[in-house]
Amino acid sequence: MASKVIHAIYNDDDLLLQAVKQVREARYHIGEIYTPMPVHGLDKAMGLAPTRLAITSFLYGVVGFVVAVAMMNFIMIEDWPQDIGGKPSFSFIENMPAFVPIMFELTVFFAAHLMVITFYMRSKLWPFKQAENPDVRTTDDMFLMEIDAANHNVDELTKFLYDTGAAEIKLIDNK
Amino acid sequence: MYTLSSKLKLTAIIFMIVGAIGLVIGFLQAPSNLDDVREMMAAEEHHGETSHAEEGEANFAEAEHGMLLDDEPGRNAEGDHAAEAGAHDTEHLEHKLHQLQNKPWAAIYVAAFFFFMISLGVLAFYALQYASQSGWSPVLFRVMEAISAYIVPGGIIMFVLLVLSGFHLNHLFVWMDPEVVAHDEIIQNKTAYLNVPFFLIRAAIFLAGWFLFRHFLVRNSRRLDEATDNYYFKKNFKLAAGFLVFFLISESIMSWDWIMSLDPHWFSTLFGWYVFSSMFVSGITVIALVSIYLKSRGYLPFVNNSHIHDLAKYMFGISIFWTYLWFSQFMLIWYSNIPEEVVYFISRIENYGLPFFGMVVLNFLFPLLVLMNSDYKRVNWFVVMTGIVILIGHYLDVFNMVMPATVGESWFIGIPEISAVLFFGGLFTFVVFSALTKAPLLAKRNPFIKESEHFHY
Repeated sequence: MASKVIHAIYNDDDLLLQAVKQVREARYHIGEIYTPMPVHGLDKAMGLAPTRLAITSFLYGVVGFVVAVAMMNFIMIEDWPQDIGGKPSFSFIENMPAFVPIMFELTVFFAAHLMVITFYMRSKLWPFKQAENPDVRTTDDMFLMEIDAANHNVDELTKFLYDTGAAEIKLIDNK
Repeated sequence: MYTLSSKLKLTAIIFMIVGAIGLVIGFLQAPSNLDDVREMMAAEEHHGETSHAEEGEANFAEAEHGMLLDDEPGRNAEGDHAAEAGAHDTEHLEHKLHQLQNKPWAAIYVAAFFFFMISLGVLAFYALQYASQSGWSPVLFRVMEAISAYIVPGGIIMFVLLVLSGFHLNHLFVWMDPEVVAHDEIIQNKTAYLNVPFFLIRAAIFLAGWFLFRHFLVRNSRRLDEATDNYYFKKNFKLAAGFLVFFLISESIMSWDWIMSLDPHWFSTLFGWYVFSSMFVSGITVIALVSIYLKSRGYLPFVNNSHIHDLAKYMFGISIFWTYLWFSQFMLIWYSNIPEEVVYFISRIENYGLPFFGMVVLNFLFPLLVLMNSDYKRVNWFVVMTGIVILIGHYLDVFNMVMPATVGESWFIGIPEISAVLFFGGLFTFVVFSALTKAPLLAKRNPFIKESEHFHY
């Protein structure tokens, strides 16, 4: 953690997005941004690496599909063979249409739940965790950008941020 | 303004000529009497088809024939098989003759309907953009208008084909044959609805309605270019909403009439939706293909890869929607296993295994796996490749809906089928790209055009 940061507060997401581009162009370092809702395109504007969450989601979906196939095969074919729809074939492939809804549901179930859990773990979120927001208004209608001020002229940086449309600028000095 | 390049024009005309020649050959090749069929079957056996397979097929055809026409004499004949083997053989040959005579007609019907439904699907998509006041799509409006132009020639061709069926020039629709109806109680109970005059009146009303809505929607869109206020836009909004109501009802009934009635005993309550999803995804795919083609020729500088991305999302989503409906229809019938319903799928799985399951791979697995990744939806050649596969898949879908009822087990994708696709494909290309030259490619006065030009994902 840098010892000296500036908190610039914006009250509009389009304004914030534009400010992020200007700040990065001016070669200042953005530590973190707190927003009350997801801002579309913010990750690209901040230059964050693309998320790998989609890949994990695909893999979880494949796991769910395999689990469904193995489960239905064990329950309905091997362990207690069932006569499905009056067609006593007792083969998995011939009864497969009856299992498709289950395969679909488990694929979605695994992909969705495990993806959310992965997201929480990656973001280091767990129940009863204390909020890290430096300003409670970022949970309501304000957007807060945290910029490293350690190696910069604070007055110059303040002036620059003011020009990008910040509604409020605060210097946080952790000595 | 777009100008139709002579190369494209020439290609379209060559397609039409080659297709027309092929269709003539197809009609000439169709057998005209029983002796021709006997000869053809003998030739087929020489090509190494085992007699056992032939026997199985014949038995199945007979079973299907019996079920389809529900004719008691046929079943009795099956009872004392040995005694009436000779008569039985002739009956089978006659059956085969009818199927082979239907084949070129069915090939034309499938291709004509396929290209017609593309333009109808695009018209529905176009109306949806107005009704929902979409901000992303107005830069593609002229492309959609041009593709929907084919609805007029395509619709007239469809109507002519239905009239020819009504006058017994072909035997695609079993219920139009009075002799079949006389022996078939199920069809007799449906004659209040399934009779030729009412059938043609319905078709005429639907086609006229679609032509008129298309005409006024496009006319207002052109007038909006020169207008000083949004009067025509508001007018189109109301018109599009009205069209969608009319379309959903008429499209549903159209699909029962033009396709489901080919199997007059069978019915499915989600058939209208099923045909709709097929036409919708084919239409959106063609919008994407035409846009990418025009862009590669430098005509649509205002279309960026976010627009292509959105079209590809639609292709992906509606492909899954199609699969959902296909499977819903299949699973309920498969599970309940009621003979008069399940015969529809038995005839498809036993005789049409490759096209029936092949189309699920083409229409579902391929778009699912290729277009799942967000970045691939912006890569033009990925979208084009998937688009071509989706179009082939949905051609096969129409093929599977029409062929089993008209040509039965005598299907083959040969000269008539390919020629019909070439002919209607050429006509479609010619009409669509000629329509593109009629107006500027940017609907410049649309109130959402700025938003659409700056659309960025």
